[in-house]
Amino acid sequence: MNWGAIAAIYRFEMARFFRTLTQSFVSPVISTSLYFVVFGAAIGSRIDEVEGVSYGAFIVPGLIMLTVMTQAISNASFGIYFPKFIGTIYELLSAPVNFLEIVMGYVGAAATKALFIGIVILVTSAFFVDLTIQNPLAMLAFLMLTCLSFALLGFIIGIWAGNFEQLQLVPLLVVTPLVFLGGSFYSISMLPPVWQTITLFNPVVYLISGFRWSFFGLADVPIGLSLLAITGFTLLCLAVIWWIFKTGWRIRT
Amino acid sequence: MAAMVEIRDLRKVYAGGFEALKGASLDIEEGEILALLGPNGAGKTTLISTICGITLPTSGQITVGGHDVVHDYRHARNLIGLVPQEINLEPFEKVINTVRFSRGLFGKPRNDALIEDVLRKLSLWDKRDARIMELSGGMKRRVLIAKALSHEPRVLFLDEPTAGVDVELRRDMWETVAELKRDGVTIILTTHYIEEAEAIADRIGVINKGEILLVEAKDNLMTRMGQKELRVELTAPLTALPEALARFDVTLSDEGCTLIYSYDTSADRSGIAQVMSALNGAGLAVRDMQTKQNSLEDIFVGLVSDKEGAA
Ligand SMILES: Nc1ncnc2c1ncn2[C@@H]1O[C@H](COP(=O)(O)OP(=O)(O)O)[C@@H](O)[C@H]1O
Ligand SMILES: [Mg+2]
Repeated sequence: MNWGAIAAIYRFEMARFFRTLTQSFVSPVISTSLYFVVFGAAIGSRIDEVEGVSYGAFIVPGLIMLTVMTQAISNASFGIYFPKFIGTIYELLSAPVNFLEIVMGYVGAAATKALFIGIVILVTSAFFVDLTIQNPLAMLAFLMLTCLSFALLGFIIGIWAGNFEQLQLVPLLVVTPLVFLGGSFYSISMLPPVWQTITLFNPVVYLISGFRWSFFGLADVPIGLSLLAITGFTLLCLAVIWWIFKTGWRIRT
Repeated sequence: MAAMVEIRDLRKVYAGGFEALKGASLDIEEGEILALLGPNGAGKTTLISTICGITLPTSGQITVGGHDVVHDYRHARNLIGLVPQEINLEPFEKVINTVRFSRGLFGKPRNDALIEDVLRKLSLWDKRDARIMELSGGMKRRVLIAKALSHEPRVLFLDEPTAGVDVELRRDMWETVAELKRDGVTIILTTHYIEEAEAIADRIGVINKGEILLVEAKDNLMTRMGQKELRVELTAPLTALPEALARFDVTLSDEGCTLIYSYDTSADRSGIAQVMSALNGAGLAVRDMQTKQNSLEDIFVGLVSDKEGAA
């Protein structure tokens, strides 16, 4: 293993993040606050509580998940797409590194950034609502796994994308709708029965439900199923990455 | 000892079906400067990209320092520095960070003294905290070189390093190359400027349409180039060479209207005076005369068109 190379990529990517720290920090704080104003105040005034939890607190896990997933994807996809776009990828290809090391550097950095933003949102939320986290360890584990698996997905998208539109297509057309419809801001049980069944085909439901369980002990689906889903998703992404590694798909001509 | 870089029967067919390299073989010795000369589209960049791991060979073998570039890529690439033809740099990065990053990618520990030394040699030290986008084209080219040198390569590939670069920077670059050679670094550079190959190379390879047409020590090529011709136009055509001129290397051409005398500029005497007096002695009237030097360009054009004629 070329650990030095992994560290170099990781540091280089993190430096990009810290260079724009204000932006990286301020924008999630502002958007979280906006969500609380809009959802918390507007809807929260109609819905008092969901399954015994105040609506404001109820949406916190979904809000964190929504942001963390989109951030992990966009950071990782941009991280590997940008060198392809401006040509600096030549350096990665001609260095004594293998694909796994490249993945660890970029995905590691993207997951770290997403985790950082997730924590910023969590802390910001605490200013708006009373938060108690029943199972902090499970909460952290879920958060980290989500950051990792969606950064892996983002990396795959970045390798696949041939232009900037494609880079934004998957997050925009697939991930955002799945997350919004995945129970970020409501409980599945609030839906009509037909929709409840349809929703169960949305993989994001399992992640959000599990994450919410770690906060409140409430879940739409059994926690074991949530764990299985996130682990399965991570393994799937790893398998695709491994296949790209084997075939050199879209990397080496 | 085996050559530093060994290329055997290298073929590269791109995904579209275009054959950019048609079975190239080449040995590059440790410590030499090899100039690869060829027109645009000849396959120079493809050759370098395949050695460095940016593209995969379709068939054939390449070793660098005895390590196969596909199977033992880590050891092979550890030895290689690459300065690409295109200026590919991240516009928002600081010079020093991008150079440090290159060293890191090669798994080498941080070494500020070495980075400083490299940047100073390339006159980049004052610009170390500048962002790439603030630099001129020539400066960016130097940053690419600094990145390649940051991990102390034993073999350096420079792909058209002086294309579109002003005269001063070109001289600087040649000086840098000469210095690296003194440190024992093997250097392969591509160019389509013949003067550049002449100025710094030990050996010159000519490549065209995916084939290596010739690899020869520069001095041999220079000797060939040292041949000059004296062409004498006569007022009246000759049917045969006069007796008096038979002992010189003289031939008749243009249906007897022109005499061509070949001589070596590096010889003690050119023999021109003798030829002229022999002409006088034979009573031949001269209309005009001119001398012509063989240049590397002629050799090059000759090689390329020979091949095309044969094909
Ligand atoms: N990625 C590619 N796909 C298809 N053809 C390519 C690719 N890269 C280069 N070529 C073709 O291969 C030939 C050799 O190109 P190149 O190696 O860049 O030549 P040079 O560096 O000598 O100018 C050219 O005809 C070029 O169009
Ligand atoms: Mg080229």
